[in-house]
Amino acid sequence: MRYLPLTDTDRSEMLATIGASGIEDLFVDVPEEARLDGPIEGLPLHASEMAVERHMRRLSKKNLAAADAPFFLGAGAYRHHVPASVDHIIQRGEFLTAYTPYQPEIAQGTLQMLFEFQTQVARLYGCAVANASMYDGSTACWEAVAMAGRVARGKKRKVVLSGALHPHYAEVVRTMAKFTEDEISDAPASLRPVPDNDGLIARIDEDTSCVVVQYPDILGRLPDLAAIAEAAHDKGALLIAVNTEPVALGAIKSPGELGADIVVGEGQSLGVGLQFGGPYLGLFAVRDAKHVRMMPGRLCGETVDAEGKRGFVLTLSTREQHIRREKATSNICTNSGLCALAFNVHMTLLGEAGLRRLAAENHRLACLAADRLAKVPGVKVLNESFFNEFTVTLGQDARAVVRTLADRGILAGVSLGRLFPGQDELADGLLVTVTETTSEDDIETLATALEEVLA
Amino acid sequence: MNAPNKSGWKPAMNAERRKDTGTVTGNRALMLEEPLLFEIGHADETGVDLPEPAADAPNRLGGFDRTGRIGLPGLHEPEAVRHYTRLSRQNYAIDLGLFPLGSCTMKHNPRLNEKVARMPGFADVHPLQPVDTVRGALEVINELAFWLIELTGMHGVAMSPKAGAHGELCGILCIRAALEAKGDARKVILVPESAHGTNPATAAFAGYEVEDIPATEDGRVDLEALKKRLGPDVAGVMITNPNTCGLFERDMKAISDAVHAAGGYVYCDGANFNAIVGKVRPGDLGVDAMHINLHKTFSTPHGGGGPGSGPVVLSEALSPFGPLPYTARTKDGVVHLIEEEDADAFSAEHFDGKMRSFGRMTAFHGQMGMFTRALAYILSHGADGLKQVAEDAVLNANYILRSLEGTLHAPFADSGPCMHEALFGDRGFGGDLSTLDLAKGLIDEGFHPMTVYFPLVVHGAMLVEPTETESKASLDQFIAALRNVAERAKAGDESLKQAPIHAPRRRLDETQAARKPVLAWEEDEAPAGQPAPSEQGGR
Repeated sequence: MRYLPLTDTDRSEMLATIGASGIEDLFVDVPEEARLDGPIEGLPLHASEMAVERHMRRLSKKNLAAADAPFFLGAGAYRHHVPASVDHIIQRGEFLTAYTPYQPEIAQGTLQMLFEFQTQVARLYGCAVANASMYDGSTACWEAVAMAGRVARGKKRKVVLSGALHPHYAEVVRTMAKFTEDEISDAPASLRPVPDNDGLIARIDEDTSCVVVQYPDILGRLPDLAAIAEAAHDKGALLIAVNTEPVALGAIKSPGELGADIVVGEGQSLGVGLQFGGPYLGLFAVRDAKHVRMMPGRLCGETVDAEGKRGFVLTLSTREQHIRREKATSNICTNSGLCALAFNVHMTLLGEAGLRRLAAENHRLACLAADRLAKVPGVKVLNESFFNEFTVTLGQDARAVVRTLADRGILAGVSLGRLFPGQDELADGLLVTVTETTSEDDIETLATALEEVLA
Repeated sequence: MNAPNKSGWKPAMNAERRKDTGTVTGNRALMLEEPLLFEIGHADETGVDLPEPAADAPNRLGGFDRTGRIGLPGLHEPEAVRHYTRLSRQNYAIDLGLFPLGSCTMKHNPRLNEKVARMPGFADVHPLQPVDTVRGALEVINELAFWLIELTGMHGVAMSPKAGAHGELCGILCIRAALEAKGDARKVILVPESAHGTNPATAAFAGYEVEDIPATEDGRVDLEALKKRLGPDVAGVMITNPNTCGLFERDMKAISDAVHAAGGYVYCDGANFNAIVGKVRPGDLGVDAMHINLHKTFSTPHGGGGPGSGPVVLSEALSPFGPLPYTARTKDGVVHLIEEEDADAFSAEHFDGKMRSFGRMTAFHGQMGMFTRALAYILSHGADGLKQVAEDAVLNANYILRSLEGTLHAPFADSGPCMHEALFGDRGFGGDLSTLDLAKGLIDEGFHPMTVYFPLVVHGAMLVEPTETESKASLDQFIAALRNVAERAKAGDESLKQAPIHAPRRRLDETQAARKPVLAWEEDEAPAGQPAPSEQGGR
């Protein structure tokens, strides 16, 4: 058992020091009827590194990796090229195997990184303050809704959700709101070339604590955030902007710049990778620093040490669960430290120039794909505006088309039928995502295959 | 008294201030000062080769084009690698030595697990790929789920919670959903004093009133007090077992029986499951829901604060209420991924229509990257190894408790063996020295301090958790170091107030950080040590 360094001699000596006759003496407080005697049923004995690796490789081979297929999936999880040095750095033991920086004098590496990360996210989002990350975009979205409730001091109970919010994010909010007794104002998504900004604005009233809008939205369209922000502020509500693709913000205006009060999103695109849905990286920022004490999650702040040298600490922890217990702003304890590091490194390698070029390349290829797919008989491109993902309609159930194309080794996109179960009017929609990892050949392969399948 | 070692090297006794830190770079030998990225990078510098966009490139951004500067500096690859490598050297980590944070469980991180998680079939698959293209990923989830159920003696498991506290929320929401299904709107969750801070926060977040249950003198839940409080308004109890005093709750079964008799449910905080894995099944003790911190018990890296992963095992009574997505192997042997669209049909076919999920907690399936690591860990240890994990964790903790009980006040030393962690208090310290001073002194001895000031039931608490991946030699070294610092604290050695003196930073001013929060870098910031203009004006 290669991970357990005690020898039998050690064990005997230690038991003697303790004054125990055997290991079972240390389990005397466990009632006898609750003790497990004998082996765990069905579980084999310990296995060698080689044997475990073989088993896991066999399982991994049953999956079609994105790199092995023309790949067009997005909808909240994006495939981007991650520079090799990102994974190298996050595997340094001093980062990989450190804990939450509770002793700042010997955790400056993690703390300085978090400070840099907070600054990067705040700037990307056009906000004053970002936190040191959350579990993922969807849970950050719920935390933002809960925070808006705190800002309204519980006096406003209505949460207005855009129909074009990622349906899983909306479902997380709906699930949690059942328990906090917030009222959710929902509207169905619809296949319109432009988002229904007016319809959304019409639902905002004096009892609204917040309005949640995705930017770009789940169909890839760009809603008029500034107009929505103005309408929300008129009624004393906060605008929560949700971004699932941070690379887009290299090309489009930041949500903070357009008036969003809380900006949340998924940071997975930078550094983290697809990983079948997790771990991901929740981003959370507020435009106005006055809201900082209402924020959930960890914050890293700058200070000085006893010699006057600059240093960093976790701060404002009086908001948190380990101090305020049931009055805390959130029950969140763990963040996504290592994923935040991956984001931080990837963003540093890109820099502003790199991020802008990356965004431009994503948009160029997406435009190319939209134009090519528009030429496929039976295919209609829905969007007037988009960044790197857009919706096409196929004139038939897109779920079946996606499955047929998967059988041909093409991962064609995310069918709206899968995303919006029960909304049959969306069933012929297919969300197509293109990034810098998509080649022009991939686009041609998809288009040709669609021509055959739809014929 | 210094800890002698073979080379005759003795750790420094006296706190000499390092007055001669002034080099041009601030660097000294291998101690490297590293500026912020924002002070060394440039907006036009990049470490990634990407084409410049063409002037006539298509634009369908709908007029939302970004015009102003973002303010994100870049570095070329060599500078970036050096920046982060230098930063890494200012961190303590389990790869460098024992990391005795009680209740946090920092154990060795097997590198096989990292290799496995990076196999393209796991790392490079999308959560919404057609299910036929991700059968292996689903099998990983299912296989891990199977062992979690087996090891805990429970009925089902919700895999999607993203971390321990998220798992707590999941368990409490299952309890609430089960009660609501019975038309029983109870309002109160009872939480013993020794619980993790997340427990009361979770119950409150799920819409419950929280009431404390006191601890007995021997550091356990007061069963009689609990029984007195139970009634038709109590939805459930959140208990940590082994508890945060490091003790096993002997009365767990009686607690469960009493709660069930009163119509409530039992939530067990499973953060400390590593002490009993393979030895005790919480299901046999009447637990209805328990999260398992995969990153603690099954060893996944906790990279500076996360990610974690917190699957929740559920009793038969709560299983039908777990969150979507849900993964299960059916009678035909196929692993199914159940999302909203097929939940009803699946429930009708396989759960006699009883599955009534309370909803969705996260966008996708949970922490897949942690699942592969945890499964690799379980298979590496096997049935014999997992039992050994619990035994060695408990043995190591008791070895520390007994080796130090003459040196440090050990309030529950007579309450029975400790489980995975040993608890000490600050009684007997001289002068005005505190637990914090001792902790900082331990840093100069080359160790990360233990958990301090938790649990709240002990004054100046110190909670030491060595875990099973420490050798006897490393424990002996730690014991000698802690004994040394403790003796100094008892003798009132005021120089401990200066500690640490050998760390990358001396004591940090946390009060200033909280009073005048500086949470992002700003252009006009003054060099280190001088007040920035905006600090005077406040930010």
